[in-house]
Amino acid sequence: MFSIQNNQHDSSYLSLVSNVGPFNEFIDEYDPNEAFNTLSNARVLVIGAGGLGCEILKDLALTGFKKIDIIDADTIEVSNLNRQFLFRSGDVGRPKAEVAAEFVKRKSMGKNLSIVSHYCRIQDKPQSFYKQFDVVICGLDSVEARRWINATLVSLVDSNLNGLIPMIDGGTEGFRGQSRVILPTVTSCYECTLDMITPKTTYPVCTIANTPRLPEHCVEWASVLEWPRRFPGKKFDPDLSEHLDWMYETAHRRAIHFKIDGVTKELTLGVVKNIIPAIASTNAIIAASCCNEAFKYVTSSNPILNNYMMYSGDYSIFTYTYSHARKPNCPVCGNHPKTIKVPGSWDLRDFIEHIKEKHDISIGTPSLATATKQLYFRSPPSLEEFTRKNLGRKLSELLDDNEEVIVSDPKLPISLRLLVKLE
Amino acid sequence: MLKIRQLQKKKQDEDASLQSNAKDDKIAVSNNSTSAARVSAAQLRLQKDLTELDLPKSIKVNFTNPSNIFNFVLSIVPQEGFYKMGLFKFTVEINENFPIDPPKIRCMQKIYHPNIDLDGNICLNILREDWSPVLNLNSVIIGLNFLFLEPNPNDPLNKEAANVLAKNKNVFASNVKVAMRGGSVDGERYDRVI
Repeated sequence: MFSIQNNQHDSSYLSLVSNVGPFNEFIDEYDPNEAFNTLSNARVLVIGAGGLGCEILKDLALTGFKKIDIIDADTIEVSNLNRQFLFRSGDVGRPKAEVAAEFVKRKSMGKNLSIVSHYCRIQDKPQSFYKQFDVVICGLDSVEARRWINATLVSLVDSNLNGLIPMIDGGTEGFRGQSRVILPTVTSCYECTLDMITPKTTYPVCTIANTPRLPEHCVEWASVLEWPRRFPGKKFDPDLSEHLDWMYETAHRRAIHFKIDGVTKELTLGVVKNIIPAIASTNAIIAASCCNEAFKYVTSSNPILNNYMMYSGDYSIFTYTYSHARKPNCPVCGNHPKTIKVPGSWDLRDFIEHIKEKHDISIGTPSLATATKQLYFRSPPSLEEFTRKNLGRKLSELLDDNEEVIVSDPKLPISLRLLVKLE
Repeated sequence: MLKIRQLQKKKQDEDASLQSNAKDDKIAVSNNSTSAARVSAAQLRLQKDLTELDLPKSIKVNFTNPSNIFNFVLSIVPQEGFYKMGLFKFTVEINENFPIDPPKIRCMQKIYHPNIDLDGNICLNILREDWSPVLNLNSVIIGLNFLFLEPNPNDPLNKEAANVLAKNKNVFASNVKVAMRGGSVDGERYDRVI
């Protein structure tokens, strides 16, 4: 029997755990009490406290999650206030993660809700930080950050699938968006689908240099060609008003010269920061989908998304869900690091011979490197010369125990990753 | 979170059936040991691209700081065409978002070329609008080399040079010769590259 006290705060979602969904994969194993307990105890990490992050945090709090962490390295800007609804004008300049956590906690009195905020970059946290969570939800706007967290979560999974933490990734671009559930090493990961990313809109340099037709061409001319010519070595910072003013005026003069309309300060900022207008309703829909997946996964009340849902709201409302296949030669999830035990007294040459034998790399010598050091590069010649001296050095001098070594060879479809244990 | 338990069980069953005919191998699959620094996805890809470079002798890659493979200098000595035997140098910058972002390449010298401006900007489609992660470092370098074999007057960055090339190849050829020796063309002094 389902015996949770049906209090006012939890009423909105209790019916979702008390009844087994018609498509539930584990009808015999499903226990509503256990589902409720897992939901109350599950630790969720929200990455990003921006447009999607605000929605996600609110949705999680309203669907019964009690232990939430949120991480974001950004501070609030005036232009965020129209859609990042957990922020008020008085909060401008403060860390997004902190303000979002405070706001949701304040609004949910008596709900026993813990929200811990982290005002830092995701890269600043160690692996041990990420290990403590049951599920990670991303509301990010950067490919780089997604690749990083994806690779981190993949690296946490062992051969028995222990340490597997699902990554639920939301993304929006204007009226379009997507949400996906990544089970690292089981389903396709973020890196598997990298080739599908729409490239940034860029224009041929010769067009912006000689035959501008669009206002964007003028802004690109100012930022790509004129800025480095006028201020060699100085980095353009779109958040500095004197930098942006210069960019706008330069682009504007060019536009007048070529009789092009439409160069405004907003357009200039949009082009140099590559801003795609964010739509609050798209964020709300995608965030809801992400939190729905987190809820289903944690409670096991219904099957989770398999594994990619795209949403389009520009001409009509349309979604399409499909199972994105894994990429067999994905550099992140396609080759899990293998542990190899070798004597520390071996020199690098012995080690390379050993690997060649084990992995059937018969022609020539592969390239080897760690995260911080080039051990040996077979090409180009200048690197070969520089790293050649390492061939005669002992492994114990070159490597820390348990350090990851990457082995690349033209004969290998993907680089080998080895965790080297020294004996 | 029953889903994971179900997946784990399935995996164990698979492993058990695999183990019965597994061969004796010292290499075991990792048990989640963690080392301090992890190799980034960009580094993985770059290492592979560098290892697979297949360049003619006339193209060299040099590292000013060999412990940093993300920045290097490329030198090209064209073996034929207008620019035969000049020595052209480029800085190549690769960022942590490679291969989503293309390598950033600039010419280090002031040269007379229709597709390279006086500041070293290069008009090559695969360096910008036609870049795609399926291209690699080798294709970009070969593309750059091609610019010296076949300068293209239809995509000008140095408009004067492009006009001359389009109108009169002989004049263009002699302009290139003068510029490569460090002389002036149309009042503009160029760097000596020969």
